Amino acid sequence: MSYNLKEELKKEDRLSGGHRMCAGCGSPIAVRTILRALNPEDHAVVCSATSCLEVSTFIYPYTAWKDSFIHNAFENAGATISGVETAYKAMKKRGKIDETWKFIAFGGDGGTYDIGFQSLSGAMERGHDMVYVCYDNEAYMNTGIQRSSSTPHFADTTTTPYGSVIPGKLQQKKNLTKIMVSHGIPYVAQTTFIGNLKDMSEKAHKAIYTPGAAFLNVMAPCPRGWRYPSEKLMEVTKAAVETCVWPLYEVVEGKYILSYKPKNKLPVEEYLKLQGRFAHMFKKGNEWMIEQVQQEVDRNWEELLKLCEM
Amino acid sequence: MGIRERLSGNEAVAVAMRQINPDVMGAFPITPSTEIPQYFSTYVDNGQVDTEFIAVESEHSAMSTCIGAQAAGCRAVSATSSCGLCYMTEMLYVAASDRLPITLAVSCRALSGPININNDHSDAMGVRDTGWLMLFAETNQEVYDNYLQAMRIGEAVELPIMICQDGFITSHAIENIELVEDDKVKAFVGEYNPKHYLLNKDEPMAVGAYATPTYYMEAKRQQAQAMIDAKDVIRKVGAEFGEMTGRTYGLIEKYMMDDAEEAIVIIGSSAGTAKAAINELRAEGKKVGLIKIRSFRPFPSEDIAEALKNVKAFAVMDKDDSFNAHCGPIYAEVCAALFSNGVVGPKGINYIYGLGGRDVRIESIKTVYAELDKIVETGCTGETYRYLEVRE
Repeated sequence: MSYNLKEELKKEDRLSGGHRMCAGCGSPIAVRTILRALNPEDHAVVCSATSCLEVSTFIYPYTAWKDSFIHNAFENAGATISGVETAYKAMKKRGKIDETWKFIAFGGDGGTYDIGFQSLSGAMERGHDMVYVCYDNEAYMNTGIQRSSSTPHFADTTTTPYGSVIPGKLQQKKNLTKIMVSHGIPYVAQTTFIGNLKDMSEKAHKAIYTPGAAFLNVMAPCPRGWRYPSEKLMEVTKAAVETCVWPLYEVVEGKYILSYKPKNKLPVEEYLKLQGRFAHMFKKGNEWMIEQVQQEVDRNWEELLKLCEM
Repeated sequence: MGIRERLSGNEAVAVAMRQINPDVMGAFPITPSTEIPQYFSTYVDNGQVDTEFIAVESEHSAMSTCIGAQAAGCRAVSATSSCGLCYMTEMLYVAASDRLPITLAVSCRALSGPININNDHSDAMGVRDTGWLMLFAETNQEVYDNYLQAMRIGEAVELPIMICQDGFITSHAIENIELVEDDKVKAFVGEYNPKHYLLNKDEPMAVGAYATPTYYMEAKRQQAQAMIDAKDVIRKVGAEFGEMTGRTYGLIEKYMMDDAEEAIVIIGSSAGTAKAAINELRAEGKKVGLIKIRSFRPFPSEDIAEALKNVKAFAVMDKDDSFNAHCGPIYAEVCAALFSNGVVGPKGINYIYGLGGRDVRIESIKTVYAELDKIVETGCTGETYRYLEVRE
């Protein structure tokens, strides 16, 4: 059956409203889209790393999660959900349960690219039947917009402020999706909010129903950290895709497949100009920064195209 | 009648695990506890148990997987030592506050630095405030017996439990041991049927909430109550174990304390050395005795005060230092126990001993009693914070 957003939205939301995430934040949209990709009859245990998502959805005595949910700590969502998944295997073997359960972990880029990297790598390498979703908002937003290894080059954050000597973050963004591919897991994909959310929804379904470990990297902008008006969320993600800053692709059993190729690849300014964190790059004398970012984006894009042709 | 065997302490733990057949083990190797997951993997790979073994990439993940598995509705176990225990410390707090009765075997070892692989208690003492139950063993037999009782105790009060033994001294030394028959072990330990768990299709559950100041303190108070309640549970399970095996356990063990005028308070394998010293001193007519702490968490405050109230002088032996320019952790707690129970007569001193595997001999213990003799004679303790047998 082909994808239809109206039909999708008829499914019961598995994350209820009333949580305390900001308007215009990508994270809860990603969560709801991904959980909608579960077959409605299947049970799930959801895990979240300590993050905005966790502290805003499970404030005692309330929870926004309709499925069983576990939060453990900042750096161990990968290990925690792998423990739950292993318990499922153990209980199934002993005849204690017979229904189908799925296991999905969410972490921000801080909890995934950085402090939770080892735990994630371990879980992926061991091949648990699970999906790890990184909602990548490119900085430590929960503590107030500090740089992470996912923060893009030159971005202004509270620990890489644009200063008179140092012009924002000095390093490029780490390519975590490729690192996950290197784990040899059966399914890896990169996605964000585009159009009717078909791309994210279909990738989530594949990730959840591919046996073994799967990884989804979701660009999930943060209006406070990126400094865009909250209603412009999907304008920002669309620009990320059309400039090839955040290409949509998947890697199935090691095979790279491009999900979308812009007809006219837009210059990076079209993406950068929408966000306050890059405002300094448009100051007179800072043109070199934009040029450099353009070169980096071009190089990564060409590399990805080659991988997809192979 | 049990089964006579010869086992190292690590092997004794692995055998107990095999007999219990837990659902999930998540573990990472570290000297001297490595053998426990090694032996156990053999049982797993040879089909002697149907436990799922997760060979994780760190101790932090070992405890994280145990938390996930136990919350999911399973019995989860692990084993570690030293820096490994330090590395899981953050997760130890979470396991206790989530009220997950995970069982962790600890073969105690010194902490870096300097790096050292031998025994002391700085690893276990370093995690004494994490909210875990902590039982210590003197012998391989006690390691085994404590392990068989662990789940009964932890699950009754919904707290995780550490079964501590002395690295190398009991973990690697082979001793005669009496095992309980497999069927009796299974009947004694029973099935794990948690009230609430993640993999319950009829009742979704959320674990690990964010608690504001309105609720955080009540959660902690409930943990404190569980620890208080554990004292009776440990005694009851110890008594029931005694009915099955003839080996009865309480919170402390008293040795030659009835008429003792001088006492040592000690924990772990050195209790055996101290008993040998006592036997020799008793033969000389000296009224000396020993209190061995089996349950460090919960701390047996009343039992210790009662046992020490009539002695003239005592020495508390700490295989760890708090580096507070004052005393080790057991001394601090023993003194607090005496004071809270109105016992102010006995004079006490503290020895830091056996750090990083420094050998503790019968003569070492005798020098402690000799110091207690002097205190009884002169009525003066002198410096209470002392190091035993160290080059200064």
